[in-house]
Amino acid sequence: MTERDVANNSDRSEDIIAALGEARTRHSALYITAGGSKREMVGRHCDAVELDVSAHRGIIDHQPGELVITARAGTPLTEVAAALGEHQQILPFEPPVFGGKATLGGTLACNLSGPARPWRGAIRDMVLGVQMINGRGERLNFGGRVMKNVAGYDVSRLQAGALGTLGVLTEISLKVLPRPQKTLTLRYALSAEQAVQTMNERAGEPKPLSGAFWVDGELYLRLSGAASAVDSTARQWGGEALDDDQAPWDQLREMTHPFFGGDTPLWRFSVQSSARPTAEFGAALIDWAGAQRWVRGEHPRAQLQRAALDAGGHVTLFRGGDRGGDVRPPLTPVERRLQQHLKKAFDPDAILNPGRLYSWL
Amino acid sequence: MTIARRTEDEDMQVNNAERLSASGTREALIRRLRDCLPADCVIENSESQRPYECDALTIYRDLPLAVVLPQNVQQVEDVLRICHTLDVPVVARGAGTGLCAGAMPHPEGVLLALGKLDRILEIDPLARTARVEPGVSNLSISEAAARHGLYYAPDPSSQVACSIGGNVSENSGGVHCLKYGLTVHNILAMNILTVAGEALAIGSLGLDSPGYDLMALFTGSEGLLGIVTEVTVRLLPAPEIARVVMAGFDSIDAAGNAVGAVIAAGIIPAGLEMMDRLAVRAAEDFAHAGYPRDAAAILLCEMDGTREEVAEHVDRVVQLFRELGATSLTVSADEHQRALLWKGRKSAFPAVGRIAPDYYCMDGTIPRGQVAYVLNEIYRLSKQYGLPVANVFHAGDGNLHPLILFDASDPEQVRQAESFGADILDLSVRVGGCLTGEHGVGVEKLRKMPSQFSPHELIQFEDIKYAFDPALNLNPGKGIPILKRCQEYRALPDRHRHD
Repeated sequence: MTERDVANNSDRSEDIIAALGEARTRHSALYITAGGSKREMVGRHCDAVELDVSAHRGIIDHQPGELVITARAGTPLTEVAAALGEHQQILPFEPPVFGGKATLGGTLACNLSGPARPWRGAIRDMVLGVQMINGRGERLNFGGRVMKNVAGYDVSRLQAGALGTLGVLTEISLKVLPRPQKTLTLRYALSAEQAVQTMNERAGEPKPLSGAFWVDGELYLRLSGAASAVDSTARQWGGEALDDDQAPWDQLREMTHPFFGGDTPLWRFSVQSSARPTAEFGAALIDWAGAQRWVRGEHPRAQLQRAALDAGGHVTLFRGGDRGGDVRPPLTPVERRLQQHLKKAFDPDAILNPGRLYSWL
Repeated sequence: MTIARRTEDEDMQVNNAERLSASGTREALIRRLRDCLPADCVIENSESQRPYECDALTIYRDLPLAVVLPQNVQQVEDVLRICHTLDVPVVARGAGTGLCAGAMPHPEGVLLALGKLDRILEIDPLARTARVEPGVSNLSISEAAARHGLYYAPDPSSQVACSIGGNVSENSGGVHCLKYGLTVHNILAMNILTVAGEALAIGSLGLDSPGYDLMALFTGSEGLLGIVTEVTVRLLPAPEIARVVMAGFDSIDAAGNAVGAVIAAGIIPAGLEMMDRLAVRAAEDFAHAGYPRDAAAILLCEMDGTREEVAEHVDRVVQLFRELGATSLTVSADEHQRALLWKGRKSAFPAVGRIAPDYYCMDGTIPRGQVAYVLNEIYRLSKQYGLPVANVFHAGDGNLHPLILFDASDPEQVRQAESFGADILDLSVRVGGCLTGEHGVGVEKLRKMPSQFSPHELIQFEDIKYAFDPALNLNPGKGIPILKRCQEYRALPDRHRHD
């Protein structure tokens, strides 16, 4: 943390509570923002008055021996990563920092995780506790700063991917991990089909795999862990070994890889890792050992959804395209009713990010 | 307290049964249940119901109107629809190994025992998943996956018997969750029936789902939100090798420091367990595992992974323990010795059970750095209450399991044990921990919930409950307290009241 960071750190939760109270009085909805890095992605367009929570920031506590860090939601991820780095620790879920703009709160709300997700978990898996302010303006604490906690419902994890529609996140406690001693990338020339098969087979071996993605006819496997284990696995698996600066993991995580360039709609498939790849929607980028696949272009929604269902998952319009319509797949009437009831349980007056997740939510 | 409560419950059950009988509801319920279930799958008489009167926390007991044992999902749905129509409570039960009275029957309700739904439906070795019914035992998933070199990671001590449905309801952990996570980290998808018997599929075969994360909300929800009828779990590759380091220490503080030192060295062991003197001696007498009887505490630190990584980490852990004053050190040389070293730990509960008529197992979780302080406080309380305590627990997670020794035939000792337990929970919360790490709230810790949660937080839990179960018919009186102040604006059924 630089001195300027420390000077910027402050608790603005009372301001947030006041803003919510005012919004309720006026019956006007709020759109929660901080770094603004994901405004045009993940969710739908949300037409509401902005509630900027970026000033509510700062690391509250980092106990390296406990593997736990607690920070205010508006804290930039880069600041969190820097504090962890001083103790050779990392955010296990490798989130995109989007040029330093991404905050901890936004990352949890969007449940964004990087290439290590299948092995080290999503931010959803690492969250130990949250403080949040619900739609009634009540400050609530769930979970805590310990590794295991099953008292009450797991409201902390429920915030992952809820896009701020259940409450304004104010503080987040996360489990962190030691930085792996060594990282090494192996590259192979393979078709998509061969790559998916190989990724899944390799993921079934007890080896220190921490990344597996395929693009443009090349499969990249990343090994992380004790140097001896990484080296011996690399010898067994073969392939072309790449230096860190040649390996495209940062480009993948930050979505700066050329695959993600331009304005054409970007679709995200979240599917069974072993599902057979399809060329139906043009060239794909296959990450998470097959469980996350990206395609580009204008495609009929029904066709995309059928393909996702066939592959055991779902598809969302991640970026671009029509963000006024629903960007997520339709739910069954029972699912829809329960999601609406849950929303109402936290935000009865529909103040928080209405329509950001679904047009009807 | 417990004994007095038992008598009241009995009285209450008679009254409720009479009332229901007078209205004809009980007869209607049994008749309809019999219409859709085979004769031997509906148990009405109290003698045959006895095996279902409690879970593994046996001080809380009750009998339901009926025990039902559905054989398939359609029958589960039928039972739920009948109970929904007649406004009758439903308590789900897996293998009954729970430790918070979460599966204790409701005197006005149906006990829905899911043990007959015990099929492993599919194992997909390439995708590394298993699709199973809720009554399948935890261990049998790993056994079935073993031929593919895979296993299911969460391993509660009861894994031979406990069911995956129960694991989901309690978000069970185990010895290896420090490295591999809890149930919530190891399941992908579930089929649920709502309280009204409607089908709901949550999660996906991918790693997330499009709306709210109901997998997170349902896991650990203690049967309060819906009934699990199928679970898809993630399987992991079985490690190449596992080795365990056992170290004895001459003080609790030295052992506590050693726990922190392993983590600070950047090593995440597969398991890091601590046992104190009373537990060590009981376990050694029982299992002859080779534990040092003179140690104030021992640590069992297991490393697993590739051969190279395990060799490297074992060396570092041995060196660390030596530097931190270990009075004895043993490294498992082979699988036989590893199994023996774990045998003592795994049999510690029954071993402690041999040295006292009864024990009461607590489950607070605390920051790792507080382990020594909290254990010393527990010893102080032990003296104050005059009840011995043995500690066997997941030190790496800070998840304590103090076993309070008492005699349940002495009402005064029961009162003292409950009071001692409550003090331990307060202590856990005070040092920044929580009431329960993996056993759940159930009936047992319901009254302690306000020590961890504010009224607003409890009301938020209650509102979540109403979102899924507006008539409060799923496992009423457990998990989350329904607050009196809410009763002002809601007509609360009698069954959910508690003081």
